[in-house]
Amino acid sequence: MAGHRFQDQEHLLRVVGLFLAGVVVFLVLQVLLVPKDFGLYGHYRAGALDDARARPVAFAGAGACAACHSEVADAKKGGKHAAVRCEACHGPLVSHAEADDPAATKPPRPTATLCPVCHTAAVGKPAGFPQVNLKEHAEPGTCLECHKAHRPSV
Amino acid sequence: MSVDRRQFLIQSGKLLVLTGAAATALDHVMAGDPAGAPNYKTTDHWWGMTIDIEKCIGCGNCVRACKEENGVSKEPFYFRTWVERYHVPEGEFEHPEVDSPNGGHDGFPERYRQGDGSKSFFVPKLCNHCAHSPCVQVCPVGATFESPDGVVLVDKKYCLGCRYCVHACPYGCRYIDPVTKVVDKCTLCYHRITKGLTTACCEACPTEARRLADLKDPADPVHEFLRTHKVQVLKPQMATGSKLYYNGLDGSVR
Repeated sequence: MAGHRFQDQEHLLRVVGLFLAGVVVFLVLQVLLVPKDFGLYGHYRAGALDDARARPVAFAGAGACAACHSEVADAKKGGKHAAVRCEACHGPLVSHAEADDPAATKPPRPTATLCPVCHTAAVGKPAGFPQVNLKEHAEPGTCLECHKAHRPSV
Repeated sequence: MSVDRRQFLIQSGKLLVLTGAAATALDHVMAGDPAGAPNYKTTDHWWGMTIDIEKCIGCGNCVRACKEENGVSKEPFYFRTWVERYHVPEGEFEHPEVDSPNGGHDGFPERYRQGDGSKSFFVPKLCNHCAHSPCVQVCPVGATFESPDGVVLVDKKYCLGCRYCVHACPYGCRYIDPVTKVVDKCTLCYHRITKGLTTACCEACPTEARRLADLKDPADPVHEFLRTHKVQVLKPQMATGSKLYYNGLDGSVR
């Protein structure tokens, strides 16, 4: 009986040894595989914040436009389009704003086909918003003959 | 003692003139800003957005701008932001008719008639940047998280693409990117707002229906807006801590 007990103890020691070896392997792998900045702010990799910030900007922002085109910014002031930011109509223009020679990367001028995107009468638009029935209002594409885009009141 | 006379006088002067805490603060000021974020401190901001449904005209400018700015797939069904059109027949509060053709990217073809006894309005949607996000809670690997400045972001290098968060988001704001095969969502234009710019959707919104809000900035007009308008978040019963404040939100909106 004593011999049997001894053999059982041997088995247990092997299992304990295997378990400890597993723990060591786990700890080594954890140190190797978990990024250094993981858990700095929470249960995530802190460097992911910098990854998200690294994306290049496409819309330059109205401030960048006004830095050169102050005359347009002045024309818009007090008008119906005062709150409409430049790139809402002109599109994303960081390539123009940050170019060494902005004149060389001049964007195409938006045409009157853009006006109906906002101003076509439609069910669901807020009642106070200026909207027109295009068929009754004027010939298509002639908006700019009466309205100025930056200060649209006739 | 290896402290020379000059060092000793500086140290004792600090201790005598300043308290311990102030001395530490002085050391920080003298050390300058951290190299990684020269002008931006995450702890100084708490981002959200206000959306005024009474101003939204359903032009789809925000949807197009978002796709341009963030390189979102131009295929239908992949949106970081989209616009829904609600059509609520009188008394059918529980059963609104909702459509969002291509997310509102190409505008809304007219489907309804004025004066048919119903009401219609547009609801712009995007990630709610919840303070207690269900999507963050379910991520098994810590690939999605709430940043210290209140933006829910995805670590694309860490994401497995298991889709658990896509199911967990109660607002339907996540999708699997058809190219990278990992999850993608609105970042609240984190690359812009950390540079002092507004988001692409707010930049492109012609009626100021959307406005980026820094809730920690006392000078931000959001505080005036929240005081003077009756606002609501989507699905408040889910206690997600949404930071998207809607003005004029109808009870039929899901």
